[in-house]
Amino acid sequence: MLKVKNLHTYYGGIHALKSVSFDLPEGEIVTLIGANGAGKSTALMSISGIVPPRYGEITFLGRPIHQMSPDRIFALGIVQVPEGRRIFPLLTVTENLDMGAYLRNDRKGIAQDIDYIFSLFPRLAERRHQMGGTLSGGEQQMLAISRGLMSRPKLLLLDEPSLGLAPVLVQLIFATIEKINRENKTTIFLVEQNANMALRIAHRGYVMESGVITLEDTAANLLNSEKVKQAYLGL
Amino acid sequence: MKAQSLPFIRRAASEIFQSLLVSCWFMFLTFPIMVIKVNPLERTIDWQWMRLVWIGLAVFPLSFVWRWLMKRKEHGGGQDGEDSWQKRLGEKIRADRKIYTALLAILAVFVAAFPFMFSSYQTQIMISALMYVMLGLGLNIVVGLAGLLDLGYVAFYAVGAYSYALLNHHFGLGFWPALPLGAGLAAVCGILLGFPVLRLRGDYLAIVTLGFGEIIRLVLENWNAFSFGPSGIAGISRPWFFGADLSLGQHTVFLYFIVLILVGFTILVVNRLRNSRIGRAWIALREDEVACQAMGIDKTRTKLTAFALGATWAGFVGCVFAAKTTFINPASFTFMESAIILSIVVLGGMGSIIGVIVGAMVLILLPEYLRAFSEYRMLVFGASMVLIMVFRPQGIIVGVRQHYRFGRKESTEEQGERDAASA
Repeated sequence: MLKVKNLHTYYGGIHALKSVSFDLPEGEIVTLIGANGAGKSTALMSISGIVPPRYGEITFLGRPIHQMSPDRIFALGIVQVPEGRRIFPLLTVTENLDMGAYLRNDRKGIAQDIDYIFSLFPRLAERRHQMGGTLSGGEQQMLAISRGLMSRPKLLLLDEPSLGLAPVLVQLIFATIEKINRENKTTIFLVEQNANMALRIAHRGYVMESGVITLEDTAANLLNSEKVKQAYLGL
Repeated sequence: MKAQSLPFIRRAASEIFQSLLVSCWFMFLTFPIMVIKVNPLERTIDWQWMRLVWIGLAVFPLSFVWRWLMKRKEHGGGQDGEDSWQKRLGEKIRADRKIYTALLAILAVFVAAFPFMFSSYQTQIMISALMYVMLGLGLNIVVGLAGLLDLGYVAFYAVGAYSYALLNHHFGLGFWPALPLGAGLAAVCGILLGFPVLRLRGDYLAIVTLGFGEIIRLVLENWNAFSFGPSGIAGISRPWFFGADLSLGQHTVFLYFIVLILVGFTILVVNRLRNSRIGRAWIALREDEVACQAMGIDKTRTKLTAFALGATWAGFVGCVFAAKTTFINPASFTFMESAIILSIVVLGGMGSIIGVIVGAMVLILLPEYLRAFSEYRMLVFGASMVLIMVFRPQGIIVGVRQHYRFGRKESTEEQGERDAASA
């Protein structure tokens, strides 16, 4: 579905991605794991066009997208749920969801999707008229993912959804990610530091170290690989 | 008995000591302006020492009041009580449609009857206050909603005014066709300024817009062939009223109603904008640009819309200004104007329509009615601004958006549909 070939991305003079290539097959959960500063988030930002790559190629359903603006990439169905949640604190939960459907105009479909999201996360339904900023960390993460779903994406890019959450909430979030993938056939690209959790729900995995992909395999194989166990699972 | 009263005495002593310090400080600060009086004719200096004593005596009790108010504010007790009292009143008025419509009707009648009840001078002042209401509401789109600090807003005001003045001078164009043209030209300027500054935020944006405001003023001042330079353009025609030959007083009344209708139109549009998707996109953009981009919001277009819409209103008011004074020159479009308009928005309460209206009334009417204080007018004006900001940092009227939203799901959706229909 999405192919990334020899991607180089820079922040000014800093070379953050050094010839990165990977594939996201349709309908799968693919995870990208790695330490802080490995360039995981940069890979996501490059796909969504917020930090455009300098060299290399990204094709989505056969179309090159690496030179498009973020809103055009979004319109194609690639949605990023940014790191640190970044919900709009002064808008209510419903309004936040409505911002996710910014490019859609079908009122009925939007209402349906909001209902679907409230069934996915009943907590959000309870707090639908509350300001985004007054939600707890876990609820904010739920809202951030839900806001991403509001445009009915083909590909969902999740950046560290477990960041700063209690283990119980991490479980819940990951179970829901699996459910979204299963029910809607949404392809999911999951960037995580919590390698254990991510590899458990993913089909495939990539390991990144200082801007370079060092390992790729099925998630099950990675979970059992000695190198991954030592470096990322702490076993 | 003694052990009990000792801490009290000590506290009282320290309070008195603090107040004494404050009065001494004030006596020192005001010494040059209050005590030294130069007599240029006899080349002598009168030392008015008694004034110093009066200052000290006046400041001493005031400093107690000040400290008490600050303490009350810190503990939040007074503030909360006040807020809930205001909120309760506000909710009551909003909930009871009868009271609401009655108040609105009284206000409408008063506003409509204003030029017939008061002198032409009062009407003139009211016209400029209403013009600033429009300017404030326009800038509120840019600063309050989209969060783009614009210090050069007066430039668009100047564009509007000069559009009408020049079109009138060269082509004899009347007020009515010039009004949309001036607004349109201002909007174009808004987009032109918007493009290069899209990447900037906060302080940097403020500096660039400040520069833009000055550039426009300097061009108008120095490009004699185009704008007639500092001598300005005189003899601009007044608004046409079905060919009737109006006296000066009648013209004022007519202009008052033009401005009133424009203000009503502005409130209507700004209110609709604020609760629309683009309004929410502005608020979202103000809060988090990256998140907005991740939601597929076109950053460029959204910001430019805010700039263009804000500028449009400045253009409208510019045309009205030219028609009101019939003479314009670059001196009317200095940075001071931008600062006053920005103060209206901040003082009144960012993002709140009623706040901006109240802010404009306070800031424009206060200096007029303070003329009784003659040379101390600006001092009192400045002091009241400081007081408002100390005690109500959120502005006189705090953003009403929050109150509206509870249980408004239905109307938000209707709104979405209407947006869809218009798009």
